[in-house]
Parts: sequence; C-alpha cells; structure tokens
Amino acid sequence: MHDRASHLAPRISRWHHRYATLVAACTILLIAAGGMVTSTGSGLSVPDWPTTYGWNMFTFPVSKWVGGIRYEHSHRLIASTVGFLTIILAVWTWRVEPRAWVRKLGFAALGAVVLQGLLGGITVLLFLPPAVSIGHAGLAQIFFCLTITMALVTSPVWKNAVQPVDDPMLRRVAALTTALVYTQIIVGATMRHNAAGLAIPDFPLAFGHVIPPVWNAKVAVNFAHRVGALLVTLSILATSSHVLYHHPQRRELVRPALLLLALVFAQITLGAFVVWSGKNPLINTAHVVNGAAVLATSLVLTLRSFRARFERSVQPIVQAQPRPSSPASSPLPPHGVRP
Amino acid sequence: MSRIYKALAPVALSLAIAACGGHDASQSAAPASPKAAPGAVKVDAATAGTISGRVVVEGTLPENPVIKTSSDPACGSDELRSETYVVDHGGLKNVFVYIKDGLGNKYVFETPTEPVKIDQKGCHYTPHVVGVRTTQPLEIINSDNTLHNVHGMPKANPEFNKGQMIAGVKNDFTFNAPEVLIPLKCDVHAWMNAYVGVVDHPYFAVTGDGGKFELRGVPPGSYSVEAVHEKLGRVSLPVTLGNKDSKELTFSFKAQ
Repeated sequence: MHDRASHLAPRISRWHHRYATLVAACTILLIAAGGMVTSTGSGLSVPDWPTTYGWNMFTFPVSKWVGGIRYEHSHRLIASTVGFLTIILAVWTWRVEPRAWVRKLGFAALGAVVLQGLLGGITVLLFLPPAVSIGHAGLAQIFFCLTITMALVTSPVWKNAVQPVDDPMLRRVAALTTALVYTQIIVGATMRHNAAGLAIPDFPLAFGHVIPPVWNAKVAVNFAHRVGALLVTLSILATSSHVLYHHPQRRELVRPALLLLALVFAQITLGAFVVWSGKNPLINTAHVVNGAAVLATSLVLTLRSFRARFERSVQPIVQAQPRPSSPASSPLPPHGVRP
Repeated sequence: MSRIYKALAPVALSLAIAACGGHDASQSAAPASPKAAPGAVKVDAATAGTISGRVVVEGTLPENPVIKTSSDPACGSDELRSETYVVDHGGLKNVFVYIKDGLGNKYVFETPTEPVKIDQKGCHYTPHVVGVRTTQPLEIINSDNTLHNVHGMPKANPEFNKGQMIAGVKNDFTFNAPEVLIPLKCDVHAWMNAYVGVVDHPYFAVTGDGGKFELRGVPPGSYSVEAVHEKLGRVSLPVTLGNKDSKELTFSFKAQ
C-alpha cells in the first residue's frame, strides 16, 4: 500500500500543479471578461443579482444575451466557473498538500473568490459606487496573485529547487516592484471607476504640457496613474537589471525578468493607445489584462527571490493524513516558511 | 472554517440590506405636495400671461454620431442617429425650458395623475426629452421584442435600474425632488439615452419644431427662465410679466 502511494504521489502532485495553473489561467480570462464589462459600460445591463432578469443565472437563455448583457452575463458565468474551480482547488490542496501554509493558501483563495463574488453583486445592486467597484477590481488582482502563487509553489521546479538564490537586495527590489505594480493597478482602477480615463485627453503630454495646467480630482488621478507608470517602469528596470547583472545563469530569475521588461513596454504602449483611441474597449481591456500579467510576473520573480526562505524540498502525499503532533515525529519535512 | 463565516458575515449582511433596500427606491416614493406657503393660492387665470420664444445655436454643431445597432438584431434598423443635436429651421429641438426662479411658494398647483410616457421602440427612446412634475408618474414602456433596462441616474432623487424582459412591460417611476435634467439610459444598448426634467410647477416645455417653446398661464411677476440642453449646458434669461402679458425670449447656445 505504501509503495502504491509512493508511486502515485508524484503523478497526483503533477496533476495538482497543472490544475492550479488552469485555475490561474481561468482567472486571467475572468479579469479580461471583467475588463470588457467596464470598458463597454455594461456593468448595469443586468439590473438584478444573483438572478439575471429574474432567471436563474445558469438557465438564462442564450438568445437573450444581447448588447451589454453578453459582457455582464458571461462575466458572471465565468466568475461562477472560477469559483467552482477554486472550491475544487482548495479541497484538493487540503487533501494532497503536505505544507500547511499551502493548504491555507488554497482556502484563502476560496475566501477571496467568495468575497469577490459578493462585491460584484453588491456593486450592481448599489449602482456601481466607485469604492465598491475599486474594491472589486483590487480583490480580483489579489485573488489572481493567490492562484499564481498556488500554481508556482506546487510546481516541481519550486519543490525540488536546489541551492536557490539568497540575495537580500533582490528580495527588496523585487518585493518593492510588486507592491508598486499593485498600487499602480489600484490607481488605474480608481481612474477607471471614476470615469477619469480621458480626463487628460493627450499623451504623452498633458494638455500640451509636461505638468497639467488645470487640476481637478479626475485630472489628479489620471496624472497619478501616469506618474505611477514611470515609477513602475523604473522599478522594473532596476529589478531586471539586478537579475541580469548578478544572476545571469539563473534561468528561473532571468526569464521572468526579461518577460517583465517586455510586458511593461507593452503596457505603456497599450496605455498610450487607450488615450489615442478614446478608450477603445478592446484596447482598454488588453491594458487591464496586461497589467495583471505584469503583476503576476513580478510576483513570480519576487517569490523565487524568496525561495531560499521557504523549506528546501517537499514530498507530496496522496491523501490527507493526521497532523503530526511534533515535527520530530513527522515523516514529512517541516512545513511553512522557515523562521 | 468558522473564521471564514465570521469574516463573511458583515458582507452578507450588507448584501442583504442592499438586496432589500437598494432597488426601485424611486418607485416607493409617496406623493408629496410641492412646497407651498400656508396662504398659497391658485394662479388667477384672468391675470396670467405667456412666455414664449425659441432656442437657437451660434456656430456649427457637430454631426450626430451614427449608432450601429448590430449588437442586437431585434433593434431592427442597422443604423440610427443620436438625437443630441436636432436643428430645425435654425432652432434647436429637445431643449428643456422652465421657470427656474421667481414663483416662490405663493401658488399651489395640482399635480396631474396622468403619467408622462416614454416609449422604447427600435431601441430608441421616444421622446428624447420630457418634462414631468414632482410626484407625477413617468411611465416607461418596452415596445421592443428584446430586453431593456431603464437606468435613471438622478442626483437629487434616488437612482434606479429596472429590467424590462419582454415587449409590453411598463414601469412607473416618480421623483420627489425637482431636478433638471435626469439622464436615463439603457445599459444593454449603450446608445439609448433620454432626459427628464422634473419641476414642481407646470411652467416647463421641451422645444419642438423651429426650436420653439411656450409657457402658458404664468402669473404676473419677475422670473428667471432657464433653457437646458443635454450637452450644451444651461442658459438663463430674466423676464418680467405684467397682467395678461406676453413676452418672447430667445435663448442662444454656443456650439462647443
């Protein structure tokens, strides 16, 4: 029996990682669907929640998916699917994952997606108040980060890492970059949900000047997003340069560092086209999705820079086992973050 | 798990409150009399006069954008034109004109119980601008074989958003506070919009052919009359009306 369990464990672990990756991929699709809802102004095209024009969400006829409803309703269905996938992820993780903090991460993701669904419903029922809608946008990114983290830390590369990089400077600069990217996304959501996306109608200048000559709340948040883009770009340049200069042989760091550079370049280009196109919904949504990709990539780089702080290796288990009473008596390696 | 439940409890509570109290607030408003002093009287028809005139535009207005309705085949026509700027013989239609100041609370006015109607036909609001009295019903009808949502976005009155699933559905909405203008939109068909001017007296009109308007039965006095356009903004003019007097006003908007 033990032999069979040992034989099955790596396969189950591999599928568990693949499934976590699938949930993260579905989440980026969900963010894209949400981006289309706000970009097309369809957030209130379905006035009720959790029903859809009085119908059960899952039985609402496809023939009625017209105009803005197709964006809002498909967003709700994708969200429900992601919620369901997250339930499975949390339960599966609880059963097969030996690290307690990863098991908790699974349920944190589940809690986040439930809260996210409630925020989505509340913002519809309250006619999209900016504070709730911004909270919905911010929590979406946190949930996405949780799924990315689940996918990363369940990967064989993470679990079997040998001699991970232990560079305090990299840890600091990478973590700062991730924090800056998240803050920038929140500023962007604030701009988006206060209809301030074109408050400054030109780019790269602002009303033909470097500093806007006129100021109000919308101009201020729009300009803050532009300044934020500059800070994020500088921070990404610093992080990537550090990786390329100090750790050029570490593929697990070089690859996200290069990807970050490409993504931030794409993000600035998309941001410019958002303004030049007068907020074309597809470009707007691509900007939102690419922003999430920047955050995810920065997070991966940050987590890998912290890899040495985590336990060295993990042996997967096949099914839930009683918690060991003390680490000394456990057949498993120590769980959680090393003190 | 119990921690999760505890953490979600406030959210669930606020959701329940929202579900109970966040909808159709405008329809639950009880009829309220417009402000009137205790000694207020009805307007004496024998001394009342008329304020009439037209609304014109200086400069060249932008062309109304073409609207593609292909996102919903039930809307019929492939293309519509927005009704933001409708010029007829040099006059601007769809401008809401009303007495803004000067009536005070000296007069009492009966509020009509007959609803003002807006129809949704061909994914298009008809008429584009209406006036309604405070507490008077505004009836919005769906004559289309598709879904609409009626989303009112007032500032002084409660916001509302009502789904109309099938043709023939009607909903009444009332407004307790005067407010000019309240935008209405359909989020299903993003191009659909209309405007409602809510006042607590009968002296209002929407400009028609030639940009003309007429306010009848106005008691003698000095007033500020305001013309409001959905995009061009507001223009106010003073006018003094004597017994059985008639005055003409010309409002001029500048094309932006």
